[in-house]
Amino acid sequence: MDLFHNLAIGFSTAAQPANLLYAFFGCLLGTLIGVLPGLGPLATIAMLLPITYALQPDSALIMLAGIYYGAQYGGSTTAIVVNLPGESSSVVTTIDGYQMAKQGRAGVALSTAAIGSFFAGCVATLALAALAGPLTAAALLFGPKEFFALMILGLILASVLSSGPFIEGIGMVVLGMLLSLVGTDLSTGTQRFAFGIPQLFDGLDFVPLAMGIFGFAEIVKNLEQDDKLSLVTQKIANLFPTREDFRRMVPAMLRGTALGTLLGVLPGGGAVLSSFASYTLEKKLSKHPEQFGKGAIEGVAGPESANNAGAQTSFIPLLTLGVPSNVVMALMVGAMNIHNIQPGPEVMTKNPTLFWGLIASMWVGNLMLLILNLPLVGLWVKLLTIPYRYLFPAIMVFCSIGVYSINSGTFEVYEAAIFCVFGYVLIKLQLPAAPLLLGLVLGPAIEENFRRAMVLSRGDVSVFLTSPLSAGLLAAAVIAIVLIMLPTIRSRREEALQE
Amino acid sequence: MTKLTIRDQRAFAAGALFLAFAIFFFVTALNYPAGSAARMGPGYFPRLLAIVLAVIGLAVMLGAVRPTAQRQALQRWDIKGLAWVTGSVALFALLLFPLGLVGALFVLIVVSSRASPEFTWTGALVNAAVLIALCLVVFVYGLGLQLPVWPALFN
Repeated sequence: MDLFHNLAIGFSTAAQPANLLYAFFGCLLGTLIGVLPGLGPLATIAMLLPITYALQPDSALIMLAGIYYGAQYGGSTTAIVVNLPGESSSVVTTIDGYQMAKQGRAGVALSTAAIGSFFAGCVATLALAALAGPLTAAALLFGPKEFFALMILGLILASVLSSGPFIEGIGMVVLGMLLSLVGTDLSTGTQRFAFGIPQLFDGLDFVPLAMGIFGFAEIVKNLEQDDKLSLVTQKIANLFPTREDFRRMVPAMLRGTALGTLLGVLPGGGAVLSSFASYTLEKKLSKHPEQFGKGAIEGVAGPESANNAGAQTSFIPLLTLGVPSNVVMALMVGAMNIHNIQPGPEVMTKNPTLFWGLIASMWVGNLMLLILNLPLVGLWVKLLTIPYRYLFPAIMVFCSIGVYSINSGTFEVYEAAIFCVFGYVLIKLQLPAAPLLLGLVLGPAIEENFRRAMVLSRGDVSVFLTSPLSAGLLAAAVIAIVLIMLPTIRSRREEALQE
Repeated sequence: MTKLTIRDQRAFAAGALFLAFAIFFFVTALNYPAGSAARMGPGYFPRLLAIVLAVIGLAVMLGAVRPTAQRQALQRWDIKGLAWVTGSVALFALLLFPLGLVGALFVLIVVSSRASPEFTWTGALVNAAVLIALCLVVFVYGLGLQLPVWPALFN
């Protein structure tokens, strides 16, 4: 069996002591930032990106992946115990999780979240392993026009699924693509939009940009609103769900896992969308919808399974097609670029140990998280008592040093300062930053494939419609736009994406 | 004919931002040869994108003045907080080489702490001491990053 052979390669890579250590470190850090509100996986991965330069590529990716799915676990802990989503993907967990905690069932809610996440993580790992082969094979059939169409579809879906009006999301994508054109034009060598600044010849680095927008500007925003924490004071005693709890949570977990696995693969999807969709589904299917919002265990089990499954399967488009489906995956592209790995179908053929090692490490990481989280809940909750006024200078210090270490130069630090102002403008205008970053990352590839396809067709645009594959992908993009314009769906989307 | 009123100030500003970026990129891209559709020059794709962005910007602005648009004012801006945070990062970049990591971090932490409404000198100084020590251990001795640690005068 090919799959088992490949997984064996993966586990032997993931089980190397160094990689185990980095997986552990990533999960620990992920949980930590998941617990701490105001610091997301994005800023953390951006912060650590330059530091991973010194690591082996497989160790670096294993650690960064651990941060991403670890944050999903950590986010649920604060959601349940203090009614504060540490991560946007655990927003729905606050609804029923906190209610359970108020009824003295915090322990049960926490273990439900952990078991659901672990189960979903295992299934998603298998899905990732099983789907990787066929999708990679399909990707090898793709030419420039198909890749162009695929990336357009991805960007459209990402704008559809971001909060705020759809047209503004598309605007942010286009703006991101324009920013990506800064630097040397690869086919002619012309310096574009560089204004004679040598540091810009290689293009606008997205780490300072991400750090400015998601690190520094977020801090300014967080300082404006002062949240008071309301800790659940009673001790977290009973961790074990009763037989009745199990009867109710298992089907929810299964549905959440299936939904998350599917939605994670979708470009523009991932953990946040999966958890919202799962909560809606559970409420629809339940015989007691009135219990939702009052501590229904399904409302914790479903979304928590879904967000973890979604977080993991969102690696599928990145690893097989080379198209990041969300912003965290866009940062993973950056991490791969640091190590000279071109994301896409070649990863599996050229770097099988890296590819399967990363997949296997996710399973190992999920196991670690299960062990890490339940006994240490008390410690994580204690972390929340650190006042933000001590926390945010620490975030700023790590971000600044991280940005500096990209090139051992201060230019990037100034860049981050400028993008902090830009990010604050975006926050105040309620423009979504995630589509901007996706546009920035995909821009160069879109231009290159567009130009190549047009050279091959001698300037005939209809080539995108005569190839069945690219026509199909573009048709899907058009359908997505039409659907979003329909009033009923528009209002439902606004409801679902409300943060 | 009634006077045009900007009902949705937020969306209007967002559209204007798009339009401004579009004009900037389009005008700059005029310096690069466009070529033809079959043989695109470096200026072709930027112009195309800039036009798309300009159309989107105009559409968003028009949507904001429609009589059916929801009234929405611009949010209040916290210029002071923004200035403390951005300024501290810029100061860090400016002072890193002359003052070294220890000095630059000290300035970064103390200046950025001012952004908090609950700022106290003791808190900021203690925080600075702890964080500087942590950074030296992790980044300089642990990860071996190439950073000037002490002021340039001492080297």
